[in-house]
Amino acid sequence: MDKLETTSTSLLRATGPAAAMGPGHSYATITDKISAVPIEMGWPRFWIIGFVIAFSIVQLLALSTTGLLAKGTGVWGINIPVGWGFAIINFVWWIGIGHAGTLISAILLLLKQQWRMSISRFAESMTIFAVMCAAMFPVLHTGRPWLAAYWLFPYPNTMAIWPQPRSPLEWDVFAVSTYGTVSIIFWYIGLIPDLATMRDKAKTAVGQRIYGMFALGWRGSARHWNHYEIASIILAGLSTPLVLSVHTVVSFDFATGLIPGWHTTIFPPYFVAGAIYSGFAMVLTLAIPMRAFYNMKDFITDWHLENMAKVMLATGLIVAYGYGMEAFMAWYSGNPWEMYAFKNRAFGPMGWAYWALILFNILIPQLLWIKGFRTSPFWLVVISICINIGMWLERFVIVVTSLYRDFLPSSWGTYAPTVWDWGLYIGTMGFFLMMMLLFVRGLPAMPMFELRVIMPKKEGSH
Amino acid sequence: MRKPLYGLMAEFENEHQLVHAAERAYEEGYRKMDAYSPLPIEELHHAMHIPDSPLPKFVFVGGLCGMCGGFGLLYWIANVAYPMNVGGRPWYSWPQFIPITFETTVLLSGITTLLSLIFLCGFPRPYHPVFNVPRFSLASRDRFFLCIEAEDPNFDLQRTKQFLDTLHPYEVAEVEA
Repeated sequence: MDKLETTSTSLLRATGPAAAMGPGHSYATITDKISAVPIEMGWPRFWIIGFVIAFSIVQLLALSTTGLLAKGTGVWGINIPVGWGFAIINFVWWIGIGHAGTLISAILLLLKQQWRMSISRFAESMTIFAVMCAAMFPVLHTGRPWLAAYWLFPYPNTMAIWPQPRSPLEWDVFAVSTYGTVSIIFWYIGLIPDLATMRDKAKTAVGQRIYGMFALGWRGSARHWNHYEIASIILAGLSTPLVLSVHTVVSFDFATGLIPGWHTTIFPPYFVAGAIYSGFAMVLTLAIPMRAFYNMKDFITDWHLENMAKVMLATGLIVAYGYGMEAFMAWYSGNPWEMYAFKNRAFGPMGWAYWALILFNILIPQLLWIKGFRTSPFWLVVISICINIGMWLERFVIVVTSLYRDFLPSSWGTYAPTVWDWGLYIGTMGFFLMMMLLFVRGLPAMPMFELRVIMPKKEGSH
Repeated sequence: MRKPLYGLMAEFENEHQLVHAAERAYEEGYRKMDAYSPLPIEELHHAMHIPDSPLPKFVFVGGLCGMCGGFGLLYWIANVAYPMNVGGRPWYSWPQFIPITFETTVLLSGITTLLSLIFLCGFPRPYHPVFNVPRFSLASRDRFFLCIEAEDPNFDLQRTKQFLDTLHPYEVAEVEA
C-alpha cells in the first residue's frame, strides 16, 4: 500500500466524460466549495428573491388554515358523494414526492450506486419537507386538528377510546409517522460528520456553537467511523422496505375499499413506482436551478441528470403499465360497475383530466428516450414539471372519478375545489420551497464526506 | 509548570500514510491510540484491530421490542381495551395487524440506531483534548491524524516522539489534556 501513495491535495483528473465529479478536485476543494454556500456566500440576491416569494406563499397557507379552522371543512369543495377531495389528493402527491429521497439515499446505497451521493442530501431534505407538507392534510382535514391526537394515535385518553387497528387509515398514521421519523434520523446521522466540518469552518462564534452543538463532538475518530458506517448501512436496510411500505399502505387506503376504480391489486406496486417517478421529477425540478445558481456543476454533473432521467423513464413505464392494467382489469373482470367506472373515467364529464394525465405522465416523458433531452437541463425541468402535474392529475382522477358516480344514479354528483382548497395546496408548495431555501442556506447541501470517498483518485491508487 | 499531556498527535497528508502509521504503531505495541480522518477508511479498522461494532445487536433488540410491542398493542386494543365488531370479523384478525407491526419494528429499530450510535461514540461530547491542537480543525477537511495517548503503558514522551517522527508525519504536536 505504501508504494501506491497518492497526494490528496494534488490535482486529480476525472474518469472520463461520464464523471461523477468535475476534474481537478481534492478533499480540500470539495470541502471548501460545498461549505462555502452556507458560510461564505451569505445572502445572495437570487436567494432573497426566492425566499420572499416562498414566504409570501406561506402567508396563503396561514390564511387558508385559519379560514378552515374558523369555519370547518365546509369551506372546501367536498360533499357527498365526493367526500375525499384535495386533502387526500395532495397528501398522496406530497408523500410520493418524498419517496425519491429515500430511494436515492437508501436503495441506491445498498446497490452501491456512486451517483446517488451528490444528490442524496438534497433529496433527503426534500423527503422530510414533503412529508411535513403531506402530514398537514390529514391533520387539517379533520377540521379540528386539536382533537386529531386521539383520533389518530393510540394513547390512554380519558374517554377510554382507541383507534381501529384494522383500518388502513390507521396503518397510514403509523406508516407516515414512522417514515417521517426514520427519514429525519437517517438525514441527521448523515449530517453529523459534515456538521463537524461546518463547526470547524464557521467564522462566527454563534455559527461554531450551533453547528458544534448538532455535531455532538464528532472528531472523525476511527472508532466512531466504525460505528457510523454500520449505522448508515442498517438505516439504509431499514429504510428500503419502509419506503416501499409507505406508499403501499397509502394505496391500501383506496385498494381495501370496495369502490369500483379503487378495489384493485395493482395499486400498491403502481403507487410505489408513481411515487418514485414524481419524486425524481421534483428532485430535478429543484436541483437543476440550484446547481445553476450556486454553480455546483462539478458535483451535480450531466451524468447525474441523465441517470435521474433514466430512473424517471423506467418508473414512468411501470406507471404506464399500471394504467394499462387498470383498463384491462376493468374489462377482464366482467363486472359492469368496474367497466362503467373505467369508461366514465376516460370518457365521462371529467375525461379531460384522464387524457391530460396520459399526456403529461405517459406521452411527454417518452422524450426521455432521446439522449439530447436526458442531458438538457432546460428540457429536463420542463419534462419534470409535466410529470409533477401528471402525477397530481393521477391522484385527482383516482379520487374524484371513482367517487362522483356512486352506485345509485340518484346520488351522483360532481366535485369542484374552492378557493380555500387551492389556497391550502399552493400554500404548502410555498412552505416546501421556503424550507428548501432555508436548508440550502444553512446546511451543506451535499454530503462532503461521501464525496471525499468517491473523489476520483490518481491512477495507481485504488 | 507543564500542563498534563493527553498524548502525541502526528499529522499526515493522506489516508495511506495514516493507515501505514496506525499499522506500525500497533506493531510497536501501542494500544491506547486513535486515528482521525475526514472520511471513513476501512483499512484503518484492520490496522488498529478495532473490534466489530456491537451496534447491530442493539438494533436487533430494539427492533424486536418494536415488533412485540406493536403487535401486543394492537392485540390489546382490538381484543381487550376496545373490541369493536366490524362486519363480523374475528377479534384476533392478526393479518390486519401486520402493517402497523412492521412500522413499529422499523420505528424502534431506527430510534435504537440513533441512540446506540450516540451512546457508543460517547456523544454528545463538545470538548475533547484533541481539539486543543490548532491544526486538528483540518481533520474534518483534508488532513489525517494519529494520536497516541499518554495513558498507554508504552507511552514515553521522548521515545514515542522519536517513533512518530520515523513515520514521515507533516508535524507532531503535543496534545494538552
